[in-house]
Amino acid sequence: MSLLRLSSVRAGYGGLQALRGVSLHASEGEITALLGANGAGKTTVLNAVCGLVPIAGGDVFFAGERVTGYPTERLVRMGLAQVPEGGKVFGELSVRDNLLLGAYSRRGRSSRAEVRDDLEEMCRMFPVLREASSRRGDTLSGGEQQMLAIARALMSRPRLLLLDEPSIGLAPMAAAEVLRQVAALRELGTTVLLVEQNVAAALQIADRGYVLEVGQVVLEGTAAELLASRDVRRAYLGRDYEGI
Amino acid sequence: MSLADQLVQYVIAGLSGGLVYGLVALGLTVIYNATGVINFAQGEFVMLGGMSAVALNAAGMPLWLSAVLAVAIVTAVGIGLVRLAIYPVRDRPALSVIIVTIGASLVLQGGAKLLWGPDAVRLRSFSGDTPIRLGAGGIEPQRLWVAGLALLTVVAVHGFFTWTAHGKAMRAVSLNRAAARLCGINADSVVALAFGLSAATAALAGVALTPVEMMRCSQGTHYTLAGFLAAVVGGLGNGFGAVVGGLVLGLLEALSKGLISSGYARAIALGVALLVLWLRPQGLLGRRR
Repeated sequence: MSLLRLSSVRAGYGGLQALRGVSLHASEGEITALLGANGAGKTTVLNAVCGLVPIAGGDVFFAGERVTGYPTERLVRMGLAQVPEGGKVFGELSVRDNLLLGAYSRRGRSSRAEVRDDLEEMCRMFPVLREASSRRGDTLSGGEQQMLAIARALMSRPRLLLLDEPSIGLAPMAAAEVLRQVAALRELGTTVLLVEQNVAAALQIADRGYVLEVGQVVLEGTAAELLASRDVRRAYLGRDYEGI
Repeated sequence: MSLADQLVQYVIAGLSGGLVYGLVALGLTVIYNATGVINFAQGEFVMLGGMSAVALNAAGMPLWLSAVLAVAIVTAVGIGLVRLAIYPVRDRPALSVIIVTIGASLVLQGGAKLLWGPDAVRLRSFSGDTPIRLGAGGIEPQRLWVAGLALLTVVAVHGFFTWTAHGKAMRAVSLNRAAARLCGINADSVVALAFGLSAATAALAGVALTPVEMMRCSQGTHYTLAGFLAAVVGGLGNGFGAVVGGLVLGLLEALSKGLISSGYARAIALGVALLVLWLRPQGLLGRRR
């Protein structure tokens, strides 16, 4: 069953049409990868879903409900979370406060004890956050900030997590660790839509994927199909004409 | 009176006046951090606080109730301003929003004049007018009220931002609006809260001030400018800096009034402020961008 479905979504900034009719879906419990070159519109897809970019045409369905044009706050309350590119942790606030703000949408629905339990759970998943609990967010390394951003998003107990380039700008070790954590999210039952510039790594942890080019889906399939696809290999994996 | 006694007097007057500037600057900072905009109607909140307290008191209400109601009314005006005038232009460039606040200040000032006329009014002092003896001179008890209330407000605002979920949500919005919205924080509510909080603190300052300084409908502009200057001197966006900037400005004004000339006091304060900005463009406590 698809948890998220986009149907011919058009969206953009100002007069610029970054998405020119994108249709895709993310199935419950799966990791769906969104691939493509810089400027293909991957981030715009995430922001259109989250209500951060106005939708000019088409529809977005989340958990069976038409949510086109819903404000971000409402979508977050419904169980949508996004980790923006670079994490965007609140640098002046402590790690703990960052995590607690992640649970902001649960105010009035979850008890203090439940939130504290989730905080504990996050510190178990990402031990570095426990040690850094009282430090300012901006004192963390890039990889640690990315973990904090993912943990902050998970604090809202999302049904669907949108990840924007979680490994960009990280050292190879840190990047691998972050993607390993993303793969582990599936075990928690969280559905993931993953934008990633590291195509090979993304397809290794994903179930299905889409390739975006200038605001349109040009290719879709299971991770295995995409990995085997000559177009994907040529364009993104740097294996030129091998085996042709 | 010896020079030392006089100095003590000037410093006390400067600190209590400076705390008021600091409070206005703090209000400006809260709004600036939430919206990226300078609210040029901030001083009108001070004026409205003082004027409505006087009107309510004249209508027969006890002093304390007039004070509380005046703060409540001005808070409502602040939130009303957001709903009616700021929301419709929130997606426009900051300059448009700033111009809206300038327009709002003119409307509030004009409205107040229609309601209460142009004359200066005075509120009864909270605890009498018998000066408290201090060395050879004395100090009006109301000055202590002003300083005490301002100090209390600054501490309360600090506590709000440090310990409450709403305060942290407001800081999150000012640090990164999109990331804050992705946490489920409603940025519009935060902006309304910022205006409400700023209006309340400014109104409280206005109420406390009116017994010592007198209040008139055109007085708001002075507080806007002084508060703006204090915020910039302290380092725009830094709440602690805003209070420090206010104190510096208040002390400068009081000392030049006493030691040099009351006519030039504001010019001297302004000159020193410009000097500070020339030497430290980011303000005393601001961080270089």
